[in-house]
Amino acid sequence: MSSNVAPVVTNFDHVSPIRPWQASVRDRLITTGIFLGSVAMSYLIIKLTGLSGKLGFFATFLSVFTTVNATRDYFRFGSASAKDSLVNTLVAAGAFITIVPISSILYTVISKGIKGIYPALFFRDMSLNAPNDPLNVGGLGHSIVGTLLLVSVALVFSVPIGILTALYLTEIKGRFSQPIRFLVQAMSGVPSIVAGLFIFSAILIPITKDNSSLLGSLSLTILMIPTVARTAEEVLNLIPNDLREAGIALGGTQWRTVAMIVVPAAKSGLITAIILGIARIAGETAPVLLLAGGGDKFNFNPTSGPMGSLPYYIWRSFGAGSPEAVTRAWTGLFVLLVIVFALFAVARFLGNRKVGK
Amino acid sequence: MYKIQYMTLLENKSAEIPAPREITTKPRVSDKIFRGVVTAGGLSSLVILGLIFAFLLYQGFDIFRSQGLSFLTTSRWDVNFDEAGNITSSDFGLSAMLIGTIICAFTAVVIAVPISVATALYLSFYAPPFVKKFMVTVVDLMAAFPSILFGIWAYFVLMPSGAYWAKLLNKYFDFIPVFSNEQRVFDSSPFIASLILAIMIIPIVTSISREVFSQAPLDRIQAAYALGATRWAMIRAVVIPHGRSGVIGGAMLGLGRAMGETVAVYTVLNLVFAINWKILFGVGGNVASLILLKFGEATPYEIKALMAAGLVLFVLTLIVNFSADLLVRRLGGKGK
Repeated sequence: MSSNVAPVVTNFDHVSPIRPWQASVRDRLITTGIFLGSVAMSYLIIKLTGLSGKLGFFATFLSVFTTVNATRDYFRFGSASAKDSLVNTLVAAGAFITIVPISSILYTVISKGIKGIYPALFFRDMSLNAPNDPLNVGGLGHSIVGTLLLVSVALVFSVPIGILTALYLTEIKGRFSQPIRFLVQAMSGVPSIVAGLFIFSAILIPITKDNSSLLGSLSLTILMIPTVARTAEEVLNLIPNDLREAGIALGGTQWRTVAMIVVPAAKSGLITAIILGIARIAGETAPVLLLAGGGDKFNFNPTSGPMGSLPYYIWRSFGAGSPEAVTRAWTGLFVLLVIVFALFAVARFLGNRKVGK
Repeated sequence: MYKIQYMTLLENKSAEIPAPREITTKPRVSDKIFRGVVTAGGLSSLVILGLIFAFLLYQGFDIFRSQGLSFLTTSRWDVNFDEAGNITSSDFGLSAMLIGTIICAFTAVVIAVPISVATALYLSFYAPPFVKKFMVTVVDLMAAFPSILFGIWAYFVLMPSGAYWAKLLNKYFDFIPVFSNEQRVFDSSPFIASLILAIMIIPIVTSISREVFSQAPLDRIQAAYALGATRWAMIRAVVIPHGRSGVIGGAMLGLGRAMGETVAVYTVLNLVFAINWKILFGVGGNVASLILLKFGEATPYEIKALMAAGLVLFVLTLIVNFSADLLVRRLGGKGK
């Protein structure tokens, strides 16, 4: 009786799920073949025609690879599939093109900038040296101090204004919310040189009549406010409304609710907003050149005297033109990049933490 | 113990029971102050933009009055002095710089938008998760790079390959007037400035496009797949119609950024006061770099002219940014 029944499978070890969408070994071999074939073919084309260089090779390879793939798909599945594979390659190529310049920038800055790095660099200034001097004299300590001062004074102005703007947009939601969001967006597009000119016309010409890093900080404030405001707005929007309602329900006034509950809950996000703002202005060059004067020695007073800064150091070295000066410029860029990188990493780290803790 | 206390409280009729708190919608004093301060902070962006306009207009007013419309239509920039150092005659015209700004920015957008849209599509619909995470970080980081970094990199690294591509374009498209170049010198051309501007705005356009694409309605995407659409057919039928105006808005935002760029353009472009429509020819202009170039040795009168130029640039970028914002916002209303 039981001999007619199919044996019941009790041991599932040998059963593996099938994945019909996954490429088989044969498919992969064919894809690799097409890839290698395209490489060889574009090499031939380059040899036969006038094209040359890495970029020429890339362009040729791209078109050959796309054409071969699309033709193959056309004969296998028809025109819809051919179009799909065409777009597939083009889209991936677009992403690749986006990556190329940034890798080139990183590679160039690191490989050229590292030559000029030595410990004393960070403690010396350029008061006795010209950018064309040998690399083992002088330093950029004064420019790091200058950049730190410029940024921290700018923070004093831009953080309160930026966060208040964000609070207005998220907590008060008043009549002006829409226009203000609009204006903040417009402000983020103000060219940096216009911000510099504004401070020049509004403060330097009528009042101080002289350069100082305070004025530079003021122009950087204008550039930093939109970044801080927009990021802070996004963060504050993530705070669940339950928290606000709980605060009000406990009898808190709106002021107490915002100050004791909403802002502490969004703390790490707000710090991220500030850090992104700093990254935005740390390398800003044009307004600093107009307003901070640009000094070659240590200056710890933001209100008077020419103030050096990393962008100014880079700019001056780049302008001097000799190989040593250019290496100095790359070294300055390297230091600036490391600062931006570090700020960015901290912002990422804080931003990835869960909001509301 | 608590119970006993409670009982004694009940028995002790003379104990004061506080009057119930008044229930009112009238804001407290602290709230009034808070709302006032926050509103004042919120309005600061309006105040700052207004002040920028007012002060640049105030400082540049003399120039607008003496030059009139020729400030925008001529392309000379001369200041003549007599022996005593007084200004005898001056002539300021922005047209070459304005046209140069628009050419550079527009070419940059034409180069950047296809690449950015392709990248955004790749990140939204094609990339494996780890590639996506990595590339989003990289693109965000690129947006935070200082412009002087782009400028110096462009001068040393991009210029040679840019000139090579310019030569190639010139070789095959010489018959199109924009690509012609009699001088056969390809360095420092508006084309190379456009290339670096394109690289600088790719992160902005990419992140806006990605944001817009990610708002494409999931049910329609799945419906398209269920009807047997390939990935491209789905994108064409659902994502692109949904995201079009947002992408255009992102491109406009990039245009505004490219118009206002100073340092990166200054390092690569050969500034000449002549209108030049040939993008491969090494003569060009840009209002922002003009200001940086002339500022160092400018006389107080010339600084007024630079203020006027700054005002023109400010208004130009403001208009572009406003229209960009309108376009992106229009989509925001529709997508939800």
